[in-house]
Amino acid sequence: MNFLDHIAFIPLLPLLGAFIQLLFGRKLRNSEVSLVSVGLPGVSFAWAVGCFIELLGRPEHTVVTNLYTWLPAGAFHLANGSMGNLTVHVGFQLDPLSAVMLLVVTGVGFLIHIYSIGYMGHEGGYYRFFGYLNLFMFSMLVLILANNYLMMFVGWEGVGLCSYLLIGFYFQRKSAGDAGKKAFIVNRIGDAGFLMGVMLMTVTFGTLNFADVTQAARSGQYAVGNGVITAICILLFIGATGKSAQIPLYIWLPDAMEGPTPVSALIHAATMVTAGVYMVARSNALFVLAPTALEIVAVIGAATAIWAASIALVQNDIKKVLAYSTVSQLGYMFLACGVGAFAAGIFHVMTHAFFKALLFLGAGSVIHAMSGEQDMRKMGGLMKKIPITFYTLLAATLAISGVPGLAGFFSKDEILWQSFSSPHGSTFLWAIGWITAGMTAFYMFRLLFMTFAGPSRVDHEVEHHIHESPWTMLGPLTVLAGLSVVGGYLNWPVESFGKFLEPVFDNPSAAHAVEYSHSTELMLMGLSIAIAFAGIGVAYAFYVKRAATPERLAAAPGTAETILLNKYYVDELYDALFVNRTKDLGNGLAAFDMSVVDGAVNGAGWLTRTIATISRLWDEWVVDGIVNVAAYATKLISYPVLMVQNGLVQSYALLIVMGVLIFMAYYLIHF
Amino acid sequence: MIPISWYLYLGTGLFTIGVIGVLTRRNVIIILMSIELILNAVNINLVAFSQMFHNVDGQVFAIFVITDAAAEAAVGLGLIIALFRNKETVNADEIDLLKW
Repeated sequence: MNFLDHIAFIPLLPLLGAFIQLLFGRKLRNSEVSLVSVGLPGVSFAWAVGCFIELLGRPEHTVVTNLYTWLPAGAFHLANGSMGNLTVHVGFQLDPLSAVMLLVVTGVGFLIHIYSIGYMGHEGGYYRFFGYLNLFMFSMLVLILANNYLMMFVGWEGVGLCSYLLIGFYFQRKSAGDAGKKAFIVNRIGDAGFLMGVMLMTVTFGTLNFADVTQAARSGQYAVGNGVITAICILLFIGATGKSAQIPLYIWLPDAMEGPTPVSALIHAATMVTAGVYMVARSNALFVLAPTALEIVAVIGAATAIWAASIALVQNDIKKVLAYSTVSQLGYMFLACGVGAFAAGIFHVMTHAFFKALLFLGAGSVIHAMSGEQDMRKMGGLMKKIPITFYTLLAATLAISGVPGLAGFFSKDEILWQSFSSPHGSTFLWAIGWITAGMTAFYMFRLLFMTFAGPSRVDHEVEHHIHESPWTMLGPLTVLAGLSVVGGYLNWPVESFGKFLEPVFDNPSAAHAVEYSHSTELMLMGLSIAIAFAGIGVAYAFYVKRAATPERLAAAPGTAETILLNKYYVDELYDALFVNRTKDLGNGLAAFDMSVVDGAVNGAGWLTRTIATISRLWDEWVVDGIVNVAAYATKLISYPVLMVQNGLVQSYALLIVMGVLIFMAYYLIHF
Repeated sequence: MIPISWYLYLGTGLFTIGVIGVLTRRNVIIILMSIELILNAVNINLVAFSQMFHNVDGQVFAIFVITDAAAEAAVGLGLIIALFRNKETVNADEIDLLKW
């Protein structure tokens, strides 16, 4: 059985699941829903593993399968005058890059589906949740496996839609509906940039296939620093800022925590938000030709990393901390891509998927144990009560903090080294990344300590219900914890991961790296480890040594803390600049519509009625008047005439006699 | 002999008086009498011409006219009686029910 030939099954099986749930799911029992909607992604994962193993066995590193031709658009003139022939297929491409993403998405996705059985088991709309989750898997897999930009965009839009549906899952809450709308609208702003980039690409290259575009970019036709290519890359990156929550379009991700925790884990940690990184990595041939665009990517990545980390330092909601952490880590991935270290960026995508999904699922387990409480100020001392959750979360926190030996250390350290040593990198970028690493360690351990250590600040009623989660939730936690520990060794001691991805990122015009000595690398590694432990130490000092008592935590925040708690007032700024101005425009247009347009319509109506009234008056007074006057004239004439009929026989006789006399006179005169 | 024109003038004169009577008198019985006058004037005409042409047709016609006049007087008086029973008047100018 050839897995690669039928690679289309991988996205189509979850689509089938979504189809079943959204059409018939209401009539199914929870167990049946679970069987279908967790089983089908499971089969997809197995199939993906099969495809991956087959890919390893093949001599060529890319396998493209076209299902059918979607747009046989035909010949047209390109910007440089030559003829292009745009044909877009519904096709799938499996190469090292998409294989890595595929395994991560299907694997972590499958684990999260299993987790959701336990987490969402008592919620209403169980079938709806799994239907949307399966639809998301389908869209994400289309995005990853697509072999051209247009198919990728289909998946891109699909995951945006599913994000909206899942964030607003608890639609009875206004805040959830608002968050869903915010996510979708902000996403769309990015998508506008993405589409413009795709359109520019069409008139420049005449094709949208990854293979053809990459080949054209690497052929030497375009000089490094070409303006059109730079424009394309910047526009594509705008799309990435929307989807992957970078400055300036990151504002939707913290609000997206309104959705159920498995959604936060899957969509806003492991998969959807990494679509932007994947897209930039896929377009690496183009980005390498546009150093300005790479610089923008790196700077925005680094800026986002430190910006979001600073906000995460003071947040009290456990999920909000993780949300800002995700934004920050995505900044790292873009920093990596921006300095040309695409493989390092993808490596971090993979390890981040493991430990961030674990962090979210673990947080979900804590919230589940705490009967829905998410405020860390009301937690504490949970270590003994939910031990398995604690240990898995500990593994994830160690990983994200970059403690040596776990997955996060290998990927983050690689990024920091590349941002220092790459020809596109600089010491400044490294410094930002380094400081952010320290902040990451601090706020993650602050989360851990506030939740699990110290005295218990839990409410009394909640305290009685604290229990460890069911195995459907703990199983995925353990698996992910294992991956968070061993996942990094894919690239150590030999760079097998990097070598595996080499064919995808092999650019002839890539700037050559300056050779640094091994000792510099070790020194930087030491600095990274040092600041990680420094962050952990500060967190320990603040939250364990000085006991995290409720009074101290409830103390009024100072000015700096208030600014950070209010997320630098960015949402308020956007409200004033864009949202309210758009609403004003809407109101203005509505007023225009009411007064001018409706006024014109009403005026036309008034005019018609007035003309009708005049018509009526004309008809009544003039036309009827003429008729009446005629009758009146006749009546007037009749008055003298009817005087003849006076009823007196004698006067009638007189008329007879007079007639006779007239006749006689006539005859007498004429004869 | 008496010229026929004298008889005709008499007839005309009587006829005219009769017509004027019918047209101008107020009392319906006087109108009836005037009608008799008209008929008699016609009779004089007929007899005068009968004598002139030595033809007895005129006189026969006159007998018919007399008979007719008698019948008509009877009927006319009956009408007046019926009229008087309804309207209590014998003045012709008070009988104007068939006015416009």
